[in-house]
Amino acid sequence: MSISIEEVKKIAQLARIKLEPEEEKHYAETISVVLDYIKILNEVDTTGVEQTYQVTGLADVVRQDEPSDSIFKKELMAQMPEVQNDELVVPEVFAEVEES
Amino acid sequence: MLNELTIKEAAEGLKNKKFTSVELTQACLDRIKTRNKDINAFITVCEESALAEAKVADALLKSGQAGPLTGIPFSVKDAICTAEVRSTAAAKILDNYVPPFNATVIERIRKQGGILVGKNNCDAFGHGASNENSMYGPVRNPHDLSKVAGGSSGGSAAAVADNMCLYSIGEDTGGSIRQPASLCGVVGLRPSYGRNSRYGIMQMAASLDTVGPVTKTVYDAALVMEQIAGKDSLDATTADSPVPNYSQEIEAKIAGMRIGVPREYFELEGLDDEVRKITEQQIAKLKDLGCKIEEVSLPYTKYAVAVYYITVPSEDSSSLARMDGIRYGVRAKGKDLYDLYASSRTQGFPEEVKRRILIGTYALSAGYYDAYYKKAAAVRTLINKDFTDVFKKVDALITPTSPFTAFGIGEKKDNALALYLADIMVSPASIAGVPAISVNAGVLNGLPVGIQIIGPRLKEETIMRVGHWLEK
Repeated sequence: MSISIEEVKKIAQLARIKLEPEEEKHYAETISVVLDYIKILNEVDTTGVEQTYQVTGLADVVRQDEPSDSIFKKELMAQMPEVQNDELVVPEVFAEVEES
Repeated sequence: MLNELTIKEAAEGLKNKKFTSVELTQACLDRIKTRNKDINAFITVCEESALAEAKVADALLKSGQAGPLTGIPFSVKDAICTAEVRSTAAAKILDNYVPPFNATVIERIRKQGGILVGKNNCDAFGHGASNENSMYGPVRNPHDLSKVAGGSSGGSAAAVADNMCLYSIGEDTGGSIRQPASLCGVVGLRPSYGRNSRYGIMQMAASLDTVGPVTKTVYDAALVMEQIAGKDSLDATTADSPVPNYSQEIEAKIAGMRIGVPREYFELEGLDDEVRKITEQQIAKLKDLGCKIEEVSLPYTKYAVAVYYITVPSEDSSSLARMDGIRYGVRAKGKDLYDLYASSRTQGFPEEVKRRILIGTYALSAGYYDAYYKKAAAVRTLINKDFTDVFKKVDALITPTSPFTAFGIGEKKDNALALYLADIMVSPASIAGVPAISVNAGVLNGLPVGIQIIGPRLKEETIMRVGHWLEK
């Protein structure tokens, strides 16, 4: 397989996705099929070929820097999962975290 | 039935007071009520608000302040934000998400009194070519309920094909408007990257995402494009070039136009013989209309899907990092911050979204970045050059849209790669950011067959013109 179960475990942790052991195996298998297919790109000689990351040809698009109030403040707050005194509540960020 | 009208016909009827927008809207809502339980094209139906909007539109029509889309019922893919209407992207992580704003393209329609009848089912976050990756169940093809509608904008295509609305706004990253349009027998336009604003679209692959119309006719696609296209200060990637009067330009005769038939598309493994024949009939029709048909070559075509499935998951994995249960959407319980993120994402994403994120995270990780992402970006340059070169010789290209007609629900579900290859005809234009349209060209065993016309960047009028004349 192009990607091992250990590697799947590692990237799943980086991507903040929990996998059951049978899912780790399933993703290792299905992702390997895709990665094997992608190897056809190695047939292409790209020596000296520039990379393309966007197709607009635009660079450094600027606009006037005018501060303004968000008109949606109340509505955006209403979408927050947990709010206290007009502030978003999140778990402790700097607590000791066990990444497992 | 009023819901069966095209935009053009309905707009004339409204203008000439043959019927009201309330009647037209009610006809669509009635159709949704009888058919949606079988087809599942809608995640949310806006019955009350649609009728209220229709009353406002009727007043606008009466007072002579109507725009071209005033009073016309439409639907929107659920991965596009609609103000005060739930927008889930077909993923449970956004099950409760109600955006406070409209995407720019939607704002342009709603501001003039377009009637939003509902939000269309799709593959979650646009990931798929069969609409089976929705956490709200698959969309069924209106022509045969045992078949897929295509994806990812499957709900949009099915809703238009089944007359549940007059048109829909979809999103196309690698074929997500054209492929379902082909499988459902309607028109689907992917504009050039940057022609329409992406503001308010739930971002999948930032360098490929586009927004476009799904309609019953090419003329209707031109009408919608006139209203939604153009520069937007909220999307810095939009092109600062004037929007043509598409609906007039497409009427110009196509005699003398040079149409390229790209050899590689017709040699692809898996192309159904009958689909090829139907495409060839359309090529013969273009010849009859006075076009010059020329065989051309785009040598890097066969690498497009491989480039796509590195570039898109890579951009995806970073786009979807924002879906974390913190500021909006569904937050799962977690014993600490890491656990909250991971639980929210694990419960809120379906299998294919997770697979894309995992592939992208892998392709961008240390040690693999050069071999995958950078390599794909270099091959992307060569695919782009294929198109630049070919459009020096011809005005447009004609190909099938999908190598096959709608397949059975579940048929390709356990084979991610087979499903990725369904995009083989549509991904090259996506990678190059050039416009392409799918137009219905015939029926095979009761299932629609679409053909694709691809044009140079910002030449939407050219491809719509060809499509319009083929449709006549």
